[in-house]
Amino acid sequence: MDVAIVKYNAGNIYSVVHALKRLGIEPILTDDAELLAKADRVLFPGQGEASNAMAYIKEHALDKVIKDLRQPVLGICIGQQLMCQHSEEGNTDCLGIFPLEVKRFSPKVHEDKVPQMGWNSIYNLSTPLFQGINEHEYIYNVHSFYVPFHEDFTIATCDYILPYSAALHKDNFYATQFHPEKSGSVGERILKNFLNL
Amino acid sequence: MLAKRIIPCLDVKDGMTVKGTNFVNLRTAGDPVELGKAYSDNGADELCFLDITASYEGRKTFTNIVSRVAAEINIPFTVGGGIQEIRDVERLLNAGADKVSINSAAIYHPSLIDEIAQHFGSQVIVCAIDARNDADGWHCYTKGGRQRQELRLMDWAHEVQERGAGEILFTSMDHDGVKTGFANEALAELANRLSIPIIASGGAGEMSHFRDAFTLGHADAALAASVFHFGEIAIPELKQYLREENIPVRL
Repeated sequence: MDVAIVKYNAGNIYSVVHALKRLGIEPILTDDAELLAKADRVLFPGQGEASNAMAYIKEHALDKVIKDLRQPVLGICIGQQLMCQHSEEGNTDCLGIFPLEVKRFSPKVHEDKVPQMGWNSIYNLSTPLFQGINEHEYIYNVHSFYVPFHEDFTIATCDYILPYSAALHKDNFYATQFHPEKSGSVGERILKNFLNL
Repeated sequence: MLAKRIIPCLDVKDGMTVKGTNFVNLRTAGDPVELGKAYSDNGADELCFLDITASYEGRKTFTNIVSRVAAEINIPFTVGGGIQEIRDVERLLNAGADKVSINSAAIYHPSLIDEIAQHFGSQVIVCAIDARNDADGWHCYTKGGRQRQELRLMDWAHEVQERGAGEILFTSMDHDGVKTGFANEALAELANRLSIPIIASGGAGEMSHFRDAFTLGHADAALAASVFHFGEIAIPELKQYLREENIPVRL
């Protein structure tokens, strides 16, 4: 199976490469439109800041390439956020795959720390991405921005300050706010499920 | 609900763990990657690897260890020890570390924190603070606890947050190695004054000490070494115990 990872100016992409290698996949890291289009699966991971990431993506004409992908695509963390319509981070227009707004967590009490850092549990799981995953399993998060719950697109919910979208789905596009590549055996199963979609 | 984290810390010297002889059946005694994997399989939420070698060769060996950890282990890990400048941070992050822990260098060159935050984001910086409750209050120490600084714990903790540290790893030198519990009062003060996560370190001897660090100390995570390495506390039992004590943990 040919698995491509979108190469752009976001950090922490190598942990996804390692996670795929542990599943026996040798992914290619590329910003080449043709290679991305013909891959069997595409991952769009990363950590970074939305406006810088979008500027880079537009400069390299990756916006259209990503939106036009027809195979299963998995956005991770900032990848999920960039797949939405707009982000409060840097007041950034994003790819618009999901017609959703990315917001910054606003703490309600002192204990609500931003970023959310650590393991939290997900529930109301749907789609084959979560096949074999129990409700309320824990996954690893590092983020200050989130996508609100939406009844059409949210396929996993997580509670932090408020219920938000831990994962999204529309057509061939999937996305997780959390890091499956750092979420132990649960995350490994989610990545495996993505490859098996 | 966000879980409280349990973090075993492994000291690495010349590519081998220094403690940890009694833990599980390892094929290679002292291999940090294998030990880290065993902890990960046993429910550790994160791992911390500290390089306690000072030599150039030792640092190269450590970087190789970091690459192997990144390739083989699927939970987040922090690395630290001997980080002096941004190039060290870059080397360790490129090798696959999720976070770096900086200690003395941050006190000597506080702008290092700003620099790392700007380049890589706050989430990669764990600022380690060693402090002791002296007659005139809590003071920071550098050089592995040998050098007292006039800098006060609360002032420094606040400053590192403002400069962009993502988390604080607070070790009470009074409690470290004594196994009578964490420095819960100081922890609670840190947690109440700051908005970034606090990792408690120093003093774990019994399972109830972890509970107290979370309930009394309001810590977000607790780190320990010897109680885990010598098998005095097993992480699965610890987490079961914490859950029974109504503390949110990942099981």
